[in-house]
Amino acid sequence: MTTSDTGEIAQFDSVGLRYGTDREVLSDVSFTLFRGCFYFLTGASGAGKTSLLKLLYLSQRPSRGNIRLFGADAITLPRDRLPGFRRRVGVVFQDFRLVPHLSAFDNVALPLRIAGVAEADVTQAVGDMLDWVGLADRMHARPATLSGGEQQRVAIARAVIGRPDLLVADEPTGNVDPEMAVKLLRLFEALNRLGTTVVVATHDVHLLQKVPDCLIMRLDKGRLGDPTGALRFPPRRPGQQP
Amino acid sequence: MIGGWLKRLSGAEDGLGAAITGGRMRVLSGWARGAEDTAMPSRQVGPMPWVIAIMVAMSVVAAASGLAMRNIAQAARTDLAGGVTVQILEGRPELRARQAAAAAELLRQQPGVSNVHQVPQAEVDQLLAPWLGGDVADGVPVPALIDATLDGTPDAARLATLGRVLHGVAPAARIDAQSAWLGPVFGAIASAQWLAAALIVALAAALAAVVLLATRTALGNHAETITIVHMLGGTDPQVARIFQRLIGIDAALGALAGFAGGLLAIMLLGRRVADLEAGLLAGGMLGWADWLALALVPLFATVLAIVTARLSVLGALRRML
Ligand SMILES: Nc1ncnc2c1ncn2[C@@H]1O[C@H](COP(=O)(O)OP(=O)(O)OP(=O)(O)O)[C@@H](O)[C@H]1O
Ligand SMILES: [Mg+2]
Repeated sequence: MTTSDTGEIAQFDSVGLRYGTDREVLSDVSFTLFRGCFYFLTGASGAGKTSLLKLLYLSQRPSRGNIRLFGADAITLPRDRLPGFRRRVGVVFQDFRLVPHLSAFDNVALPLRIAGVAEADVTQAVGDMLDWVGLADRMHARPATLSGGEQQRVAIARAVIGRPDLLVADEPTGNVDPEMAVKLLRLFEALNRLGTTVVVATHDVHLLQKVPDCLIMRLDKGRLGDPTGALRFPPRRPGQQP
Repeated sequence: MIGGWLKRLSGAEDGLGAAITGGRMRVLSGWARGAEDTAMPSRQVGPMPWVIAIMVAMSVVAAASGLAMRNIAQAARTDLAGGVTVQILEGRPELRARQAAAAAELLRQQPGVSNVHQVPQAEVDQLLAPWLGGDVADGVPVPALIDATLDGTPDAARLATLGRVLHGVAPAARIDAQSAWLGPVFGAIASAQWLAAALIVALAAALAAVVLLATRTALGNHAETITIVHMLGGTDPQVARIFQRLIGIDAALGALAGFAGGLLAIMLLGRRVADLEAGLLAGGMLGWADWLALALVPLFATVLAIVTARLSVLGALRRML
């Protein structure tokens, strides 16, 4: 489709972002995301992790610079093509953004229903997914009645249910115990092995050590350090598609 | 199968299968329920249905009045089309009767003149009695009347020619087109019809404005949900459909209630008019085509509401990223 043959999912070139007339929260950010790679995005609170991810999942346009996503220019992408791109990106929002009046089940089912998947398939897939994240018995609960960790797992389930080409997760394990964090990380890895490019923003350094072949992007006050050049020219992983 | 990859994932020993392969999600399975039915809360009961009900009721009454007036005017026109009245304005009864008979006879011989009918003097007296009081026959001279119908329109030239011919046998004869008497009435009816039409247009505009406000409120209340639906790949038409449906249901309910109220008002009004027994107004009865036209009012109101909702939602969404 629109994914370029060279395996580049996304390319940022000298991207800058400012909200309103404030100072830039991102400056000269350049990197390439390759298909099938697993990325961690780290940095202090306020460094601009969420802002960078917003650019990636097309919820924000940059103030300057160029962004290419799935081989297309994301800056000039016409409005009516946005949904098609967004359906290829799964997002775990830092603040979950579950629909408050929908049950856990319906929240997870939403991407599939938006995509027009038959209801029988939806029921099956969502049931399996909630089972996997340990929420089978809470599937009819509204988000308000779920704990923070449970809401987070619903948000993750919703992000991965459609098996996206790119998974963007903003602090996806901030509210769960270490055991569940590892389990969720396994879910991301499984998805990654299926070819999904994964970007996880996190403070949790222990998490980084759990994924052997991951690439690390470190943001410092809106600037992305890439001393080894791995973000532009990543080392090949065994068995990885070019 | 969408969930396939996950199932195999769950089935493996540590919960993760090494050999995970799954088909890509198929999105071609068609619309089952769509995001529409599930993404938004059930419809909100606001004042909009009531406002629409009132507007539809008023429109129905206005439309019915307009149609009734059109029917009255039409009935009167057909009745009077080609109708002329010859008056013999002669004080002396014998002379009047002689001239009337001669004029009627002459009229019957004219080409293009039919239905010549001399109104009997007793009938004329009776007609005038309410106006002149008591025994008209004595004292007050009353003209003799002859009704006739011309083929085609009785224009001024034709009337003048006929008048000249009649003067030969009845110097006291005066000929008038019947429709000329009702000219001002037709004018008034036409004005009233325009008024009804203007009222309906104004009501339609007001209805669109109400729907616009209601849609904006609904959009504001659901801004966060709309953003989420967008982020999950929902399209503008999908979001618009949700609101179209919400507004459409409200509008349809309001329109039906308003239609019922409007019909009730028309029937009550119609009964009062029927009680008047005024000959001219009897032509104002609504025919089946008129009732059908009235039934289109709530339908049109609902469609207008849905179209307004759709356009305003699409307009608002275009301003979002
Ligand atoms: N909508 C906004 N309007 C104005 N400023 C914003 C907005 N969102 C973020 N910022 C600012 O941009 C900077 C980067 O914020 P961002 O949320 O990207 O940081 P972060 O790295 O995700 O932090 P955390 O780890 O706490 O989530 C912060 O200084 C923040 O105040
Ligand atoms: Mg953040």
